[in-house]
Amino acid sequence: MSSASVPLLDVRKLGAQYGPTPVLHGIDFAVAEGGITAILGANGAGKTTLLRAVCNMIRTSGEVRLAGTRIDGQATETIVRRGIAHVPDGRGTFMNLSVEDNLRLGAYTRRDRAEVAGDCERMYAHFPRLKERRRQQAGTLSGGEQQMLAVSRALMLRPRLLLLDEPSFGLAPLIVQQLFGILRAINQSEKIGMLLVEQNASMALALADQAYLLETGRVVMSGPAETIRNDEQVRRSYLGY
Amino acid sequence: MNLFIHQILSGLATGGIYASVALALVMIYQATHLVNFAQGEMAMFSTYLAWALMQAGVPYWVAFALTVAGAFVLGVVIERVVIRPVENSPILAVVIVFIALLVIFNSLAGWIFSYTIKPFPSPFPAEPLFGNSYVSSHELGSMAITLVVLLLLFGFFRFTPLGLAMRAAAQNPVSSRLVGIRVGWMLALGWGLAAAIGAIAGMMVAPTVFLEPNMMGGILLYAFAGALLGGIDSPGGAVLGGFIVGVLENVVGVYIGTELKLTVALVVIIGVLVVRPSGMFGKVHVVRV
Repeated sequence: MSSASVPLLDVRKLGAQYGPTPVLHGIDFAVAEGGITAILGANGAGKTTLLRAVCNMIRTSGEVRLAGTRIDGQATETIVRRGIAHVPDGRGTFMNLSVEDNLRLGAYTRRDRAEVAGDCERMYAHFPRLKERRRQQAGTLSGGEQQMLAVSRALMLRPRLLLLDEPSFGLAPLIVQQLFGILRAINQSEKIGMLLVEQNASMALALADQAYLLETGRVVMSGPAETIRNDEQVRRSYLGY
Repeated sequence: MNLFIHQILSGLATGGIYASVALALVMIYQATHLVNFAQGEMAMFSTYLAWALMQAGVPYWVAFALTVAGAFVLGVVIERVVIRPVENSPILAVVIVFIALLVIFNSLAGWIFSYTIKPFPSPFPAEPLFGNSYVSSHELGSMAITLVVLLLLFGFFRFTPLGLAMRAAAQNPVSSRLVGIRVGWMLALGWGLAAAIGAIAGMMVAPTVFLEPNMMGGILLYAFAGALLGGIDSPGGAVLGGFIVGVLENVVGVYIGTELKLTVALVVIIGVLVVRPSGMFGKVHVVRV
């Protein structure tokens, strides 16, 4: 992260809890403008909670800044309107609505209605499967298709920052490759910043420029993705070779 | 034969009223998964507002429009002030609030307007339209108004972004927040719309049943039967169910006996719950254990 410019997302001492149980213990991390940051960690490390905390879906403490402006404590809807799109754990599909209505909902807060139709077509170009099923109820899609829909729906916001919660979860390896290829292309062509939470460490580290390693709610290692990937310990525990 | 056609047509007219109230019930049900027992009393109270406006000399259609707007505001306020605080409470707490609203509106109407039965005007002419002998102008007119309301609602939910957002908010509040929908306001809007539909139904039925604090009691029961018959989570089904119950009620009343009219609703309710709890078009809910 270049220290000269303000990071897109700057998080300081982020804490979060479910009821009385603290899950995150004051963690610091950042996403550079147009950058991709990966958060790695085992099950229960607090990865999903971290994304939920950024858009205030749970009780949090600490400071969250989007391009320098404090957004912590604001309603989730307001944070979304500021340009943070979230591909949530479980994909968040509107099961009873058509694929196309799901996409339209992604653009719900946008004022430029005229361009929304064009963006729908762009998503269909990325994911032709969705176009074939545009009139179908989203609940009838396969897991992989629903993940494509979730990413597309998030992109329909034209976000500045995309939060991705385990986009590879439950997908065939070939589809994961394809999905990450598209994410990279979108990041490069549209300069959308991404905060990626993954268990698939090798895929995530190949895509990201910065990475943080989370263990039971604390950051235990951070740095450029390249460095993390070459770290002896990370390689053995998370990459498995 | 003439009698039969007449009964079918006037059944459709009252069925339209049931269909409207059933639709209002379904709208609240989809968002809260509970039946709003106070729906009928809210409609009755709104009808009193219309009556009071007309007593003050306001022309019918102006009073009609003001009442619909007033009912909408009333619905929104009730959601914001009374329902919101118990949103995440156990089911029974919410049910008690609904019943409390029922009792409060009923007593309030009696207290303000007295329990004496009042005539309520119909906006339609007294002599039958087009010289037909089957159906009165009021029946035909209220059927037309019901259909217009249903079509407008269908268009609103099907084709406008706000309608889509309201459907999304009722189905999946968490995901709705993540696309920036203000879920709380969508629910309040749903209450407003349901109250407005109820008000129209109240004004359409009042000329037939006369205006009094208990006038919606039976109607709510028929509407509930209609909603269950069609499927409590299916708006289209509830509307169809309302019409079917209306016709059934009328035909049974004539050919079997007026005493059994209200029984029809109860038989439909129990029959549906025993044979097919999800109704004609409702979704079968599978719960993983």
